[in-house]
Amino acid sequence: MDAKEIIARRVAQELRDRTLVNLGIGLPTLVARYVPDGMLVAFQSENGIIGFGARPPEGMEDPNLTDAGGGFISALPGAYAFDSATSFALIRGGHLEMTVLGGLQVDATGRLANWMVPGKMVAGMGGAMDLVAGARRVIVAMQHAARGEAKIVPELTLPPTSARPVSLVVTDLAVIEPTPKGLVLRERAPGVSVEEILAATTAPLTIPDTVPEMRL
Amino acid sequence: MSTQRKALTPDQAAALVPDGATVMIGGFLGVGSPRRVIDALVARGAKGLTVIGNDTGRPDLGIGKLVVAGCVARAIVSHIGTNPVTQQKMIAGEIEVELVPQGTLAERIRAGGAGLGGILTPTGVGTSVAEGKQVLTVDGRDYLLEKPLRADVALLHCFEADYYANLTYRLTAQNFNPLMAMAAKVVIAEPDEVVPIGVIPPDHVRTPGILVTHLVERPH
Repeated sequence: MDAKEIIARRVAQELRDRTLVNLGIGLPTLVARYVPDGMLVAFQSENGIIGFGARPPEGMEDPNLTDAGGGFISALPGAYAFDSATSFALIRGGHLEMTVLGGLQVDATGRLANWMVPGKMVAGMGGAMDLVAGARRVIVAMQHAARGEAKIVPELTLPPTSARPVSLVVTDLAVIEPTPKGLVLRERAPGVSVEEILAATTAPLTIPDTVPEMRL
Repeated sequence: MSTQRKALTPDQAAALVPDGATVMIGGFLGVGSPRRVIDALVARGAKGLTVIGNDTGRPDLGIGKLVVAGCVARAIVSHIGTNPVTQQKMIAGEIEVELVPQGTLAERIRAGGAGLGGILTPTGVGTSVAEGKQVLTVDGRDYLLEKPLRADVALLHCFEADYYANLTYRLTAQNFNPLMAMAAKVVIAEPDEVVPIGVIPPDHVRTPGILVTHLVERPH
């Protein structure tokens, strides 16, 4: 199982039946592959649809039907399409149970940075700031470290996406929960030791007496 | 009731957008953008536009074409990550970019069209977006005061238009279009299909023709 699959499978365990969920572009979209059998999850794409399906067969794509990354999608029976004001009313108004977002950094207080690297990459926040401000639960799905550099750090060096701490951080090494007392290590990826996680993390981590392996 | 009107060519529509104008352009990564009018603006060599839209598309897509062609002086958008030309021009000081959270952008446009003095949103509190803005505390929670946006011209894409320019939108091509239809002095709509009056049931009309200043002809 590769790093992305570990993350996506573990995040999918956070899904709840009959809820509205938004998956960010990139790695988070993989979560949709691992919805537990029998569970009904309504996925929103913030460009204006709830209930989208896989890319249609070649030649059947509709130029008026794409996801937030611009990729062609289909619409499932019962889908709902809407404008951008409605889309973000769903996000900010307490209707969205969970959002899964990629991350560049998370700090010791659980704050997320994911929209720009000053002097290098200015992507823009798109919908990320609204999602972190508005979703009931915010899950960060990211690689634990990038090219040997820690991404879970004592203090953000990149501009924050929100002042609000995220609910959970799922990486290829660990599940970490931000709490008012700091970051708590909840789970280890299969075969990964607490020491390996500590070595890849520069933020202080609270280590409970037992840190179970993820059950994937 | 709106009157029946004559459809414009994309070139005629582009001629109604003065250099230096503030222009709202519908679409999300080009989906729901008025592509023919954008091409006509590039062909006309429009200059100095302030563009309000979700993103700057890609270099060959949507608002991105206007950026590449040098039509844009200022962009008020939520995302530029898919268009490296926007980033290069921003760093070179050739274009000014105001990044606005997507939901805030939608509500600022809605407020502009709805006669509101602004909106209060929790989005952006404690981030660089809050710089220079008023923070208001309502029932113990902090909100940013975000001001309304209006434009000289709105360029929309729609699915159907009837002869009165009553408009419908399709799936994810709605995005900012119905909001922008309310927030500009001149509203120009580019339809995929034109249908006779009465074909669109009243409940399905999303933008009433009385708000649409000009209709662009259907694609040939």
